[in-house]
This record gives sequence, C-alpha cells and structure tokens, in this order.
Amino acid sequence: MIRLSIPLRQALGRLSLPVLIAAAFGAMLLGKADALLIERARMVLADALSPIWGAVQQPVSAVRNTVLEAEELWNLRGENVRLMEENERLRRWQATALALEAENALLRRQLSWVPDPAPQYRTARVVADAGGTYARAVLLAAGPQHNVRKGQIALDERGFAGRVTEVGSRSARVLLATDINSRIPVTLEGSRARAIMTGNNSARPRLQHWPEGITPRDGDRVVTSAQAGAFPAGLPVGVVRWSESGAAEVELFAQLDRLDVLRLFDFGLSGILPPEAVARPEPRPPGRR
Amino acid sequence: MVAKGRPEPPMGLLRRLDAGARAGFPAFFTAFLIILAAVPVGAPGLMAAVSLPGIFFWTIFRPAAMPAPVVFLLGLLQDLLSFTVLGSGVLTLLIVHGLALRWRDILVRQSFLATWLIFCAFAAGAAGLGWALEMLLGWHIAPAAPGLHQFGIAVGLYPALAWALTRLHTAMRRAEAAL
Repeated sequence: MIRLSIPLRQALGRLSLPVLIAAAFGAMLLGKADALLIERARMVLADALSPIWGAVQQPVSAVRNTVLEAEELWNLRGENVRLMEENERLRRWQATALALEAENALLRRQLSWVPDPAPQYRTARVVADAGGTYARAVLLAAGPQHNVRKGQIALDERGFAGRVTEVGSRSARVLLATDINSRIPVTLEGSRARAIMTGNNSARPRLQHWPEGITPRDGDRVVTSAQAGAFPAGLPVGVVRWSESGAAEVELFAQLDRLDVLRLFDFGLSGILPPEAVARPEPRPPGRR
Repeated sequence: MVAKGRPEPPMGLLRRLDAGARAGFPAFFTAFLIILAAVPVGAPGLMAAVSLPGIFFWTIFRPAAMPAPVVFLLGLLQDLLSFTVLGSGVLTLLIVHGLALRWRDILVRQSFLATWLIFCAFAAGAAGLGWALEMLLGWHIAPAAPGLHQFGIAVGLYPALAWALTRLHTAMRRAEAAL
C-alpha cells in the first residue's frame, strides 16, 4: 500500500468522480467502437454466472409455479366451462383432421411425395433475464460441450420465441420476438400475404409492411416466412389481433413471460445476421482477442 | 496456519477481518443483488431498480464503503449483465452517487419518509437519464413504459431494502462502537 499525504489523498478523492464520469463516456465510446470485445466480455461473465443463476432459478420458478397454480385454482370453474366448450369444438376438428390426414396420405402416395426431414433440436433451460430495461432477451444455460450457434431459432412448446444472438462457452442469449430490435418475416396463412413482425417491447409485436390491397384479418394465423433465408417457412408464430388503437398486432403462441425451457432448432440458415457474425469461425477459440 | 509466528496476536487479525468484512459488505451485497436480479421473475428493469437503492443508501449512510470507483464497477457489472448499452448504467449510478454525496449533510438528517420521497426524485431522474441514453446511444425511439416500470420497481423496493439495510447499518455501528 502506497502511503500518500493527506492533501494529496483528498485531492485524488475529489478528482475521482469527474475522472470516472469521463471513463463512463469512454465506456460508451468503447461499446460503440468495439462491440465484439464487449460482447465477449458479456458472454464470459454470463458463462461464469450461469451455474449460479441455474441454481437460484429453480426455487424461484417453483415459487412462481405455486403462484400460478393458486391462480388456476381460483379460476377453476370458469376455466372448466371454457375447456368443455373448447373440447366439444376440438372433437369436431379432430374428425375433420383425421379425414384430411387420410386424404393427405392417399394423395402423397399418388404423387410419390418426399417429405421434409424432421428438424433436429436440442433443449436448453432459461436461467436469466438478459434484456435489461429496454430489451427483451433471455439467457440459456447450455452444457459445456454444446453446439448452440448464432442464428439458431428458439421455440417454446407452442411456437416461435426468438433467435440466438450471442453464444458463450456455457450460455447463449436469445433475443425474443417482442424485443424492439426484432424483425421477423412472416406469412399470413389466410391470404398468403407476406409481412414483417416488428417487436416493440410490449407483449404483442406489431405487424407491418403487408402488401397493398390485403388487410390482415383478426384471428388469421401467422407463420414464419422463408424470405431472406433467415427462417424456415411455416413455423407457428401467433394470431393477428387488431388493437383498440387500430394497429395490427400478433398475439404470440409462445408464452414469453413464463419461459422455462426453449427448443433450439438448427435449420442451417444464417440470413440477416451481420456479416462479421457469420464470417467469424465458431466456436471461438478461448483467450484470443 | 499462515498467521503463526507473526508479531500480531490472533485477535488483531480477527478484528481486521471483521473490519474488512464491514467495509466490503455494502459493495458485495449490492453486487450480489444485481446478480440475483437477473433471475427471470417477469419484471424487466429489475436489475437497474435494485442497484439504485443500494447505491443511494450506502452513499448517504456509509460513504467510505461506497466510493466512486466501486460505484463505477457496480455500474459496469450491471451494464454487462443486463446487455444494455455499455456506460449508460455506469453514468446514471455515478451521477446519483455524486449528487447524493454532495447533499449528504442534508440527506442524512431526514426522516425515513422524506428520504424515500427524495429517493423517488432520484429514481425518476435515473429512469429519465437511462431512457435518454438508450435513445441517444441506441439511436432509436425507445418506448417510455419500461423506464416507468423501472422507476416504479425502484420506488417500491426502496422501503423494504432500506429497512433491511438500516438494521444492518445499525448493527455495524454498534459493532464499531464496541471496539
């Protein structure tokens, strides 16, 4: 420990705040100038902390599940009536689906149709919120020998949730579809019209840029579009809803507010990602700048 | 034992450890809360809302244990963990720390309720600054609602956190007085 004279120490103490505020501006510049370095620092930190988060997340999710269960118990009667009605409706749909499946099989046999191979996926647990105040993202804990790559598509058990944007050695960050930077090319299933689903940090992303002459109908199913080569076509995304203010929004199938486990699909597509993200060899050798 | 054969008696080492733990506790506890706030509970902005009361409280009541470099490091930790624009959390926390330190003589004499009201003003300023920095550095129009959420969580968390921290602070002072 260096011993300093008291006036010098006082002067240093008075100087430290302005110097550190200048350093904060320096950090902002650094964050803009070398985004890759910062990204690496973030993932190293996330890798180091993801086991802790993984351990803490289990009791937290247990408490959350208990609260949800209590809510469900409270709504049991109303829910039961709704489910019985839905069950009745689904029974009719099941009959239709079985008839269509048989017809489909027959037609496929006649056409000697080669079906697409079922895509491979791996699951990863959501351990942390990686969005801060103005972004919607989650951090996944992946095993040490994971093969999670940038651009992989994350689905929860119901539908599209987001895309992998950063990968560390033991964790990966998924930018959710609701994030303000998220732009997803989609197809409206009813009219086959293409549109862009734009996140706005709220629960329902907006629908934009649909072709002239077509209006998205309330209740239309929205699926991903293969345009731009970033997504395979036909992944379930959500349903069109018109908001009270007159904007077309998408009610997502995925329950983004209660993500536990995500399925990561690798379709071998790398569209839209910035060029350096694709050109960089992955996995990244550790310790190299 | 490493300490064996040293001129100091074992009591001196223990006492020094004790003092070190007391001096380091505010920073480590705040860092711990920041890390814990990343666990998904469905409340975006929780991390920024947790660091602010910690830094505000310790700057007023134990400024020696919360110097500006520590605030800088805590802000850096928050920015890196929350994947926000680097530097925005650092700057916000440093400004809160600087203002609280400057007005410390007045703030330290206020009642709990008055401190809370003043904290509300600080939290509103921090949320506003965070929002402005997000727009400036991200170069896009950011919605105001997340900033308001962050403000609300910070204001709501402060009484509970300050109550616990006041207890700890009193215990620490009692231990120091006993020396």
